[in-house]
Amino acid sequence: MSDAAPRPNENMGEPFPRIDARLKVTGQAPYPADAPIANLAYGTFAVSSIARGKINAIDIEPAKAVPGVLAVFTHREMAGQLEHPKFGNAAASSIAPLDTTDILHDGQPLALVIAETFEASQEAAQAIRVDYAAEQPSATFDAQGTETVAAKEASEQFEEDVAAGDFEAAFAAAPVTIDQRYSTPTQHHNPIELFSTTAVWDGDGLTVHEPSQNVTGWKVELAHQLRMEPEKVRIVSRYIGGAFGSKGPMTSRTAIVAWAAKKVGRPVRCVVSREQSCMTQTYRAETRHHIRMGADRDGRITAFAHEGWEVTSRPDPYVVGGTSTTGRMYDYGSVLTKVSIVKADRNTPGYMRSPPETPYVYALENAMDEMAVALNMDPVEFRRVNDTQVEPIGKKPFSSRSLMTCYDQAAEAFGWKERNAAVGSMRDGDWLIGMGCATAIYPTNVAPCTVRLRLNADGGLRLQCGSHEIGTGVRTIAAQMASERLGIPMDKIEVEMGDSSLPPAPVSGGSVSTASVCSAVIKGCASIRGKLFSAVVSADGPLKGAEPATLDMKDGAITSSDGRSMPMKEAFVAMKTGVIEDYAEFAPDGATPEAVSKLYGGQSEMKGGEKGEKVKYAFGAEFVEVRINTRTREVRVPRIVGAFAAGRIMNTRTARSQLMGGMIWGISSALHEVTEIDPRAARYVNRDLQDYLVPVNADIRDLQVILVPEVDMDVNPAGVKGLGELGNVGTAAAIASAVYHATGKRIRDLPIRLETLLT
Amino acid sequence: MRAFSYERPSDLQAAIKAAGTSPDNQPPTQAAAQFIAGGTNMSDYMKLNVNRPERLIDLNKLSEPAMTAIRVDDAGLHLGALVRMADAQEHEDVVRMFPVICDSLRLAASGQIRNMASLGGNLLQRTRCEYFREVSWPCNKREPGAGCSALDGVNRQHAVLGGSEACIATYHGDFAQALIALDAEVEIASAKGSHRMPFADLHKRPQDTPQIETALSPSDIIVAIHVPAGPWRRSRYLKVRDRESYAFALASAAVALDMDGDTVRGARIALGGVATVPWRAKSAEEMLTGRKLDEAAAKEAADTAFAEASGRKHNAYKIPLGKQTLVRALLETQDMKV
Repeated sequence: MSDAAPRPNENMGEPFPRIDARLKVTGQAPYPADAPIANLAYGTFAVSSIARGKINAIDIEPAKAVPGVLAVFTHREMAGQLEHPKFGNAAASSIAPLDTTDILHDGQPLALVIAETFEASQEAAQAIRVDYAAEQPSATFDAQGTETVAAKEASEQFEEDVAAGDFEAAFAAAPVTIDQRYSTPTQHHNPIELFSTTAVWDGDGLTVHEPSQNVTGWKVELAHQLRMEPEKVRIVSRYIGGAFGSKGPMTSRTAIVAWAAKKVGRPVRCVVSREQSCMTQTYRAETRHHIRMGADRDGRITAFAHEGWEVTSRPDPYVVGGTSTTGRMYDYGSVLTKVSIVKADRNTPGYMRSPPETPYVYALENAMDEMAVALNMDPVEFRRVNDTQVEPIGKKPFSSRSLMTCYDQAAEAFGWKERNAAVGSMRDGDWLIGMGCATAIYPTNVAPCTVRLRLNADGGLRLQCGSHEIGTGVRTIAAQMASERLGIPMDKIEVEMGDSSLPPAPVSGGSVSTASVCSAVIKGCASIRGKLFSAVVSADGPLKGAEPATLDMKDGAITSSDGRSMPMKEAFVAMKTGVIEDYAEFAPDGATPEAVSKLYGGQSEMKGGEKGEKVKYAFGAEFVEVRINTRTREVRVPRIVGAFAAGRIMNTRTARSQLMGGMIWGISSALHEVTEIDPRAARYVNRDLQDYLVPVNADIRDLQVILVPEVDMDVNPAGVKGLGELGNVGTAAAIASAVYHATGKRIRDLPIRLETLLT
Repeated sequence: MRAFSYERPSDLQAAIKAAGTSPDNQPPTQAAAQFIAGGTNMSDYMKLNVNRPERLIDLNKLSEPAMTAIRVDDAGLHLGALVRMADAQEHEDVVRMFPVICDSLRLAASGQIRNMASLGGNLLQRTRCEYFREVSWPCNKREPGAGCSALDGVNRQHAVLGGSEACIATYHGDFAQALIALDAEVEIASAKGSHRMPFADLHKRPQDTPQIETALSPSDIIVAIHVPAGPWRRSRYLKVRDRESYAFALASAAVALDMDGDTVRGARIALGGVATVPWRAKSAEEMLTGRKLDEAAAKEAADTAFAEASGRKHNAYKIPLGKQTLVRALLETQDMKV
């Protein structure tokens, strides 16, 4: 394993342990469902066991008979009580379950039981009897009754089917071609912290404790659904036990629980079971891909076509559309892409770590490996031949692209040159050895963000920002940035996040948080520095008359480039004040004038990726070794190396941890993770962690993360490229490549399980 | 989860009495009063509303020393039913005499679960069939006559041996495979007194009554497991699964070999992850007896063991996988240094 706290290389910050590390590993971090609230009542949902149809009748009498039950709410009580959720903003879905007798998916909430205890609410929810008018549902691809729609027509979220040149002509002329189909399965985030809502009313004000990646967006959306002023709503989510996108959009549960709490006149806590989570929360929908690629005999790709299909719910055109990234990945001579969505009787999918890239780059990189084999080229050299500093769609330069440096450093650490390229040629006793590699890529985004800083004369700093510590280390990184700019030690900095009453920050999605929060902190610190500097140059003292531009803050002092210095405390005396407060608003280049007010309105205006004069992406290269038993064919991954370049690395420990977690998830998505759907009923079958497998410690052996130095000040003022979603892109393709190398079998449909490898 | 009452008797007779009497032929899993030991399966299934006891009778305080003892004598091995899996897996006599038993325990569940789970409870663990565990699906085992959702559903983990048109749910235990291979017996205390039963008779194939999982009545308590002495130091349990640890077997094999050079003097074979009950492959044992053990013989034994197997849409792979697992287990057991 690589060192948990890598020594910082060029343009990298110190590996400070996370501020909340001890709280987390000792179980003392108070998660939202731990909030100590007096006089709590407990809620449990009863959910649909059919995927399509209507409620004929719902019998709640057996539930009301359970001792301790306070109330049972169904569509009879709730219809018309709430505004419908607005899909596409902070809401997971437009489906408003207790407003209607229509059933649109398996697991749709049908009733909410409120009781004195958690157990009573559960028992009562299980006692509810529903008489359905069931209809035959359409579960997924190939099912009768689904509706396929072009993404660009169905969704505002999907801008265009990118294209360049004349693909058909180039493909027809190419001497070497591949034409293959790939697929990825349904997956669920399954964060260990279960989903929960605790709703507390105080007069006409509402506080909701719930794990959230978007407290400001939720505040506005929840107020909308409850027909309240946003100022009267507060979302608190200080600690989160795993999110991965699942806690980004608010589900319909939150407003229903809040409404019920008001109705029963008590605070209500609803912790959703693991089994119900998979039906009431979002998920990564299954995807299909058709890739055609043509190359000349030297390995230059002359034609690339990527068509993708994604499943979504009936009402909501959720789309990830990763062709924007795959279409720009290499120096293709021509590009043709198309994305379609397939509407089925399912709940609405949602963001899951690298939503577009995980499935689409899997397909592309598996195809790249197939093409390398067809060309009889080393897969690394094949990427080198097609590497580019200018993307092929808009012919715009990358702000930086260190892909081949990543490949070279990872290949060296992995020992790629020891690989015998012949299929099935490497073996250790009864185990076949395979080695493979693939590219990781993720768009570099940044969004408007605000921050409040309060610095006192003793050097104590309170940093307030409505971002979210979802496990990335952003709370620690924000402190590091302030520590660097204000010259104060980490242990004097207190960071508050995860509360909608703080200055707003963007949704913690799209890997924007480090870049956005740090850019806002830089701006706020610059303002504080300016106030201090202008005070010290005009007051009597060692810095009187100094040019402010020559001043800096270091080790609790204000210093000038000519060696003079003054303790920060004295600068406060010069200012005749005890505290300096600054509130800063950051908006990225190219943001609209309304960007910050939109942020207050719960919307994050993201910039970066393919937008702008330069395109902005982070890159990496991953190499894996697999071992496959010659007889029973189980696949194990004893070794994985990833090298990544992502601009400024704020903290080598948290960066390595994010990338490591991503790579492990990549292994998981290659070999394990799949939510099985019973096609007869459009229902999920494996609803808990017994049957939804993820790797255990014993599955992860030697894992190495290499942080490749890269400087890119085009991306944002912090020079940071978000890397939280980079590590799990490409991993599954690298494993598919290694499995092919070991066995000669090309697996195109994930996950790769032993039954597909049995001879 | 439903409200239940809880009792903690201090000896076997009190526990049996507490269980009371039940209607004829009522399986223990449907009785009003049910026993709990480690609780790793019972509490899980109570939360899922699959097990619905009105009264739970906790066996952990029973005073009979036989229930918590591990003893070895000339007759063989005595394992008390309340011994925790973690304690048996490391017992040096068990390691020495029956490596296959230790393997089967070590490779089961997780360390935390093995610290809690009792040996008796482990034997009686219920199937993990997804359709059985989620009460909104039709299931003949939960509700006789309701129909089996797994037959034409997602059945990758289901059994290819011992199934019926009513049920193909796999028996997922590991320990049981070692016991059935070694001709173990279970000692059972009941209202009528104590008796021994061949372990092979404990579990019932589903046939057309999948709700009847064992030969036990609701007030019967497994007191101990007896494994007869035998030349089984050359024995092991091979478990093939989707991940390296903490997963049920897709296929497994318990193998014990008594070798005379390359020739098999005696063989014991049981198959896990592929059958509805603990599964002894006697025909394969007989085929090997007196034969030189090599790859060809191992393959022939595997073909014999799976001759009656039948697969469905997603579990058909278990037939070739189960065969490969047995071949691998036979050859690896042969290679053991003893």
